[in-house]
Amino acid sequence: MEKSNVILSWVDKRFPLTELWNDHIAKYYAPKNLNFWYYFGALSMVVLVLQLITGIWLTMNYNPSAEGAFDSVEYIMRDVPFGWLLRYMHSTGASFFFIVVYLHMFRAMLYGSYKKPRELVWIIGLLIYLCLMMEAFFGYLLPWGQMSFWGAKVITSLFGAVPVIGDWLMEIIRGDFNVSGVTLNRFFALHVVAIPLILLGLVVVHIISLHEVGSNNPDGIEIKKLKDENGIPKDGIAFHPYYTVKDAVGLVFFLILFSAVIFYFPTMGGYFLEAPNFDPANALVTPEHIAPVWYFTPFYAILRAVPDKLAGVVAMGVAVVIFFFLPWLDRSNVRSIRYRGIYYKIFLTLFVISFVILGYLGMETPSPEKTLLAQICSFIYFSFFFLMPVYTTLDKNKTVPKRLT
Amino acid sequence: MNSYKMNLNRRKFLTNTTAAVGGIGMAFATVPFIGSWLPSAKAKALGAPVEVDISQIQEGQKITVAWRGQPVFIVNRTQEYLNAARSTSNEQLRDPNSNESLQPEYARNDVRSIKENILVLVGLCTHLGCVPLYKPKMGELDSSWKGGFFCPCHGSKFDFSGRVFKGVPAPTNLSIPPHKYVGSSRLVIGEGA
Amino acid sequence: MMLKRNIFIFLYSVLFSSLVFANSGHLNLDKANVNVKDYASLQRGAKIYMTTCATCHSLKYVRYKEMAQQIEMVDSSGDILVDVVQEGLMYTGAKITDNVLSALNKNDGEKWFGKSPPDLSLVARCRGVDWLYTYLRTFYKDDSKLWGVNNITFPDVAMPHVLLNYQGLKGLDNDNSDHINLKLIQQGSLNEKEYDLMVLDLVNFLSYVGEPHQVERQRMGRFVILFLSILLVIVYLLKREYWKDVK
Repeated sequence: MEKSNVILSWVDKRFPLTELWNDHIAKYYAPKNLNFWYYFGALSMVVLVLQLITGIWLTMNYNPSAEGAFDSVEYIMRDVPFGWLLRYMHSTGASFFFIVVYLHMFRAMLYGSYKKPRELVWIIGLLIYLCLMMEAFFGYLLPWGQMSFWGAKVITSLFGAVPVIGDWLMEIIRGDFNVSGVTLNRFFALHVVAIPLILLGLVVVHIISLHEVGSNNPDGIEIKKLKDENGIPKDGIAFHPYYTVKDAVGLVFFLILFSAVIFYFPTMGGYFLEAPNFDPANALVTPEHIAPVWYFTPFYAILRAVPDKLAGVVAMGVAVVIFFFLPWLDRSNVRSIRYRGIYYKIFLTLFVISFVILGYLGMETPSPEKTLLAQICSFIYFSFFFLMPVYTTLDKNKTVPKRLT
Repeated sequence: MNSYKMNLNRRKFLTNTTAAVGGIGMAFATVPFIGSWLPSAKAKALGAPVEVDISQIQEGQKITVAWRGQPVFIVNRTQEYLNAARSTSNEQLRDPNSNESLQPEYARNDVRSIKENILVLVGLCTHLGCVPLYKPKMGELDSSWKGGFFCPCHGSKFDFSGRVFKGVPAPTNLSIPPHKYVGSSRLVIGEGA
Repeated sequence: MMLKRNIFIFLYSVLFSSLVFANSGHLNLDKANVNVKDYASLQRGAKIYMTTCATCHSLKYVRYKEMAQQIEMVDSSGDILVDVVQEGLMYTGAKITDNVLSALNKNDGEKWFGKSPPDLSLVARCRGVDWLYTYLRTFYKDDSKLWGVNNITFPDVAMPHVLLNYQGLKGLDNDNSDHINLKLIQQGSLNEKEYDLMVLDLVNFLSYVGEPHQVERQRMGRFVILFLSILLVIVYLLKREYWKDVK
């Protein structure tokens, strides 16, 4: 016991280990009423680590060339001991990453976690989300299946819609006249090295900026406003051991769901691993039905809902970028949905419903009726944001209590 | 005070149990990662035994075949070469009875082979892994040379049974790979009898 | 608050349950009751494949050795029955450690069939077992085609009806209903039920070929989830104990 204290003080004189441990874990005071919605930040970190480790292991056997990529994935699935498990962990992890991140973002919308003084936490989080989307897009090309190839073809061709420089832009992203092994190799580098490094950096900044202002909570009350004689928030509890132990429960439960998918439903009916992707990429034959993976489909539906190519691209871009403005669009003086008026509740519910329907529509082949429905849902989706300054000002909010409930 | 003590003990017990079970879980979780480093089915297929038709090897000739990425020498020793191998004095050899070197039981005899005339060796010098040269001619290296193998990298010398001489950097005799004969003219390298 | 969460969970489950309808497309496919643990069926299917399909369709990701092991062509000590495998399944002069390649080269395939017969290692994952099961049973007489047959499930397919002698030849039933019907024109060596079972063996085999480790995957899953459930109980008790502090 004494020996470890000697080592610890040697380290502490040279690196603020105990200080960091206290500031961010043992003496970081979080609100005591954090609920189910608060698991997803920690779970996102866990999935990130899982993807990094399984990804590194896959890279040990994967071949990033147009000739060898598809074969190397089958080599991993069949010949490499436990290769099939590594592959399924990574493909399932990708989908679970988005499930967890979407729920994590939704928490912020429920409790106003993006509002002052947490605007920067929100912005960095959105930058993480953008990186995550790029990471998923680059990663999806790597198996070099029919869906990989044609999905990349469609999305890179969107850049062709940019006026004046569109064609040049498309060619420089692809690195070739068409999506080819050149594109594959560079997407590989971006997916394995560049974006993971950026993601890790952003996650660190995300957590530091959160800890600077302190965590929000389901009541939206600032716990730092009421401190006891020791300077500790009266409604706060130490992150360790209370939230480490609580997150551990959340983690194990999550791992059970994760394992159920990996071991029993790895393709998830074609949503996590799409059937056409078991067919090697063929530049001369397009599959009957191209759709992006489920986590992109809401935005894809918005893209298709607009009849003009460039306008569709802009609409899709705005649909993502608009989230950045949430802290300033929301004029309510109340953070949490628990104390907001009826307008916000209605609009948020409509937003969720339209997001889910758009997600479904993005997977389907278009038809006049489905396009109309997509247009209606897109309208509702954008109304949530653009009308927000109006309805949040008009909303009759309830009185927010002083102490946590 | 009592219930506080009980609480602490209960906490310690539960924490330790969680740590133990969690630790076991983590140990199991490493299995696929470390396991994936074992040779894959493709590596095992490529490392499969190699068949050689020895009837084509002329007397005194040495051929080299690849097995598991390594050179394997097959030498059809003439009676002269066998005599040279037998007559090398034990004083000159570091390990005349091949106690230290790698060789299967079935090749443990005075000429280190199953069939007297056919010598099967892993053609890698036991010093640092260079491929030795076949020097069957008497007197080729120096006046006392009776024939055998010479490694050009650092000068190690081996006799006609692949046994290492004293005074050279190589520590052990040239290894003998697992091998067996199928019929009279087929040699399988990589699988023992 | 609970209401909000419950609505969300409900919506997500509605979305995911719609995957039942996900990939069925617009064709009426018959259900293939595949069972990859039925090793006898897999072995029969392997035999059918090697004798009738492998001449044109390779299984380039499959090795004879691993296949024999995985479909239990082993003796009591677990070693593969090399002779049985070689006699019964290997007709191309390949070694037991080789991959299952077809003798047909790509150019000849294109010349004779119009399209080179594709490798079938992943066809069960790509098209699905129901599609395969239906496809192999819906060939019909069509004199306008190169091989004299066409197929309802895969119109204008370049493949001849390799199993013709077993199923017999069917023809289109022109009874003016909007549902396509086939009737038997020429008897094969098997009746309909026997032929269906034969095709099921073949589809079963292809399903195994698509994902050789699926049985091991499920077996491992049981153990992992059981272990995690025990861990869940323990860690929950730990959490509850600590949270007694929090009022």
